[in-house]
Amino acid sequence: MRHRVVITGMGIVCPLGHDVPTMWNGLMTGQSGAAPTTLFDASTFPTTFDAEVKKYDPARFIKNMHLHKNGNRGSLFALGACAQACRQAGIDIETDAPADGIDRTRLGIYLGAGEGPAVTDAFFNAIINGWDSENHRMNWTQWTEAFLSRTAPMLELEQEPNMPSAHVALLTSARGITRNCLTACAASTQATGEAAMLVRHGKADIMITGGAHSMIHPLGVTGFNRLTALSTRNDSPTTASRPFSASRDGFVLGEGAAIVILETLESAKRRGVPILAELTGFGSSNDAFRVTDMHEEARGAVQAMRAALKDAGAAIDDIDYVSTHGTSTAENDSIETRAIKTVFGDRAKNVPVSSPKSQFGHLIGATGCAELITCIKAIEENILPMTMNLNDPDPALDLDYVPNKPRKAKVDTVMSESFGFGGQNNVLILRRFTE
Amino acid sequence: MSKRRVVVTGVGAASPLGLTSSDLWSGLLEGRSGSQTIRVFDPAAFPCRLAGEVPAYNIRDYVPKSYRKATKLMSRDIELSVIAADEAVKNSGLVTKASEAATVTVAPERFAISFGAGLISCDLDEIAPCVAMSVTDGKFDIRKWGKDGLQALTPLWLLKYLPNMLPCHVGIIHDIQGPSNTITCGETAGHIAVAEAAEMVARGDADAALAGGCEAKVNPIVMLRQCLLKRSAQNANDRPEQACRPFDAAAAGSVFGEAGGVLVLEELKFAQSRKAVIAAELAGTASSNTLNPEFTHLEADGKGLQIAIHKALQDANVRPDQIDLIIPTGTGIPADDKAEAAALEAVFGPALSSIHAWPIKSMVTHTGAAAGAIDLIAAVLAIRHGVIGPAKNFDRPADGCRLKIAAQMTKKDIRFALCCGYSFGGQTAAVVLKKYEESA
Repeated sequence: MRHRVVITGMGIVCPLGHDVPTMWNGLMTGQSGAAPTTLFDASTFPTTFDAEVKKYDPARFIKNMHLHKNGNRGSLFALGACAQACRQAGIDIETDAPADGIDRTRLGIYLGAGEGPAVTDAFFNAIINGWDSENHRMNWTQWTEAFLSRTAPMLELEQEPNMPSAHVALLTSARGITRNCLTACAASTQATGEAAMLVRHGKADIMITGGAHSMIHPLGVTGFNRLTALSTRNDSPTTASRPFSASRDGFVLGEGAAIVILETLESAKRRGVPILAELTGFGSSNDAFRVTDMHEEARGAVQAMRAALKDAGAAIDDIDYVSTHGTSTAENDSIETRAIKTVFGDRAKNVPVSSPKSQFGHLIGATGCAELITCIKAIEENILPMTMNLNDPDPALDLDYVPNKPRKAKVDTVMSESFGFGGQNNVLILRRFTE
Repeated sequence: MSKRRVVVTGVGAASPLGLTSSDLWSGLLEGRSGSQTIRVFDPAAFPCRLAGEVPAYNIRDYVPKSYRKATKLMSRDIELSVIAADEAVKNSGLVTKASEAATVTVAPERFAISFGAGLISCDLDEIAPCVAMSVTDGKFDIRKWGKDGLQALTPLWLLKYLPNMLPCHVGIIHDIQGPSNTITCGETAGHIAVAEAAEMVARGDADAALAGGCEAKVNPIVMLRQCLLKRSAQNANDRPEQACRPFDAAAAGSVFGEAGGVLVLEELKFAQSRKAVIAAELAGTASSNTLNPEFTHLEADGKGLQIAIHKALQDANVRPDQIDLIIPTGTGIPADDKAEAAALEAVFGPALSSIHAWPIKSMVTHTGAAAGAIDLIAAVLAIRHGVIGPAKNFDRPADGCRLKIAAQMTKKDIRFALCCGYSFGGQTAAVVLKKYEESA
């Protein structure tokens, strides 16, 4: 038996705001989440800005903060986003006696959540204490003593990528199928897609899914800077993320969490909760090409897009809008454009495509589900999010990127794409719900 | 349309017991222990100085010539996955791009991969010289790091440590263009990755899949973390082989180690069409959660694990008394072993005392994200050979443990085997394997 999979709740904590209405208002009014880095002293890094979640207080959403006191940034973002989504979907949280009539063993969790940051002081200073400069090697005894004196067991445990899911489990008492995947920038799209498969095939009635991630810490920014993946437009953070522009020079690192509630149509009807949209298609593929680059002809991206369309039983003519991965890197935006042209053929120039990353930045593991939420809103409001900062179009990139202002349009069916380092391609199809 | 059945046609393992699955199997049957004093770094100041290390290898022997250059981008976790995948593919008889043969036996876009991976810690020896450039008055100076230390780090540094680089490299070597996922659920990631790969095949998104888990835990930070969390045995540094004692009254913690374990899963008809030898059928899977605010341990009643086991048996359509072999998590951490025994007892009831349980971490050590895959490979081999190996370090049952754990090798026709696992953090999982029979 194949169940229809519907979305009944959503929640977000991102650089544009700590709930869906605030985020959406930010997108519609041309706000940017980018600003100079405050989470650590990045003044000498190649990139000195990012898109941070500012002034976030998880206690706005949850009562039992003592259960989550060691939670890393990603876990705390996940809790806020999850609480919002559960409230909307009528799922009781923070209670040992839920009265929502949901069988907890049929309520699962699938996040694409990332690792938490290392304890900066312990990580770096223990190495300094352990470094034997004369012999140019580590003295592990000295390192061990220094490390042990600078960290705490729970701070180490909280770095594990499965911890956001552990916190969400405590919040919701979910006892169904639980997974976490970490496929770089495609993680929460993949999690949402696989969670949809679990619901479709009857392995769970309801799945809490999405992602949470913050790589805004010294080692995270170091890694991306060394790859030259980040924009270095330090004099103008808010215009740095400029997907599909000729002058694009890299992505703007963001952070956050995005959660949606997926459930069978039968379950949603039985519980009488409003249905926000239907998730009809999922396509996933692997480039199997190179560790460092996307396939020149977008082989994997094209395969994932076609697989998602086929899975949804949709034709290219059905797609009203494509929410791109659109990172603002030279490589992604060209190859993604090529993929859209290959899949959509003559129709490519008539399908509006855009990138909310131009406003909230790249939330890494959390980004795919955050963008899925913008797609739900696009369907709900019949408005397309824009690609901001698109003032000098790349002549080689000639699609309709919805430049610089949102656009009214009839939006019924949407494709949302995520592509990750290592050739991870994941694509979802979302449709306005009709009986 | 009848359900697509998923079978196991190949296995590969690089573990502390050796570089192949035959080494693993013979080690297990001999009751050999891979636990020893840590050699890759000096553990003198560690509360637990023991680990299971994979024997020496040359990674260039495991990749096609054209891919040798890329081995520079491989962290040890990636290397272990490449080694295990190489054996698993050869063992299954599948022909992939890696063999450099003219024709492959599985279409790249119908080939999937799902691996469990750990939180890969960077190589401290590699980053240390860069950190050493970034010091003022004996302390880390982040401004110097941004200017000098960072610039001295190899440009592709980050790509060595992303968990999805395991399936990425293996996917390139074997040309796997179907779905690719990386499960990061701590120590039960291997079980869950295999479950998901089986779903990809069962729902028709692939005809064959590489599934498993790999983690190189013997890194100073990772090992010290286990000490900090008081999960590793700290009382047996002079007796490495006796340190890990699952379900034993004298247990005092686990010994952690490294491994890569990979299984080849195929849709039954696809496997039959290429006349593959079918080692076992993947009959059922499930997972759940522990709800314990402590995070580091199971609930005392093992409820989250109990739900996963119960649901996996349901999924496999099998009664508890039909199970012939249980490979439990059995870490040697007393509170967790006790909770796991309670979970098993809650599912199996009195039948538990007549079902063979074979905890293998006393020999293989606890290999984290690889552990589930290693357990499943041991179960596949037990089904195939009709043999359950001896338990090691089980002299006197821990209080409340009513598992049937045998100190000697047992010959037995195994129709159904159960493997279960859990992670710090709370995820639990269970997988049921079945001896292959023509009728479902």
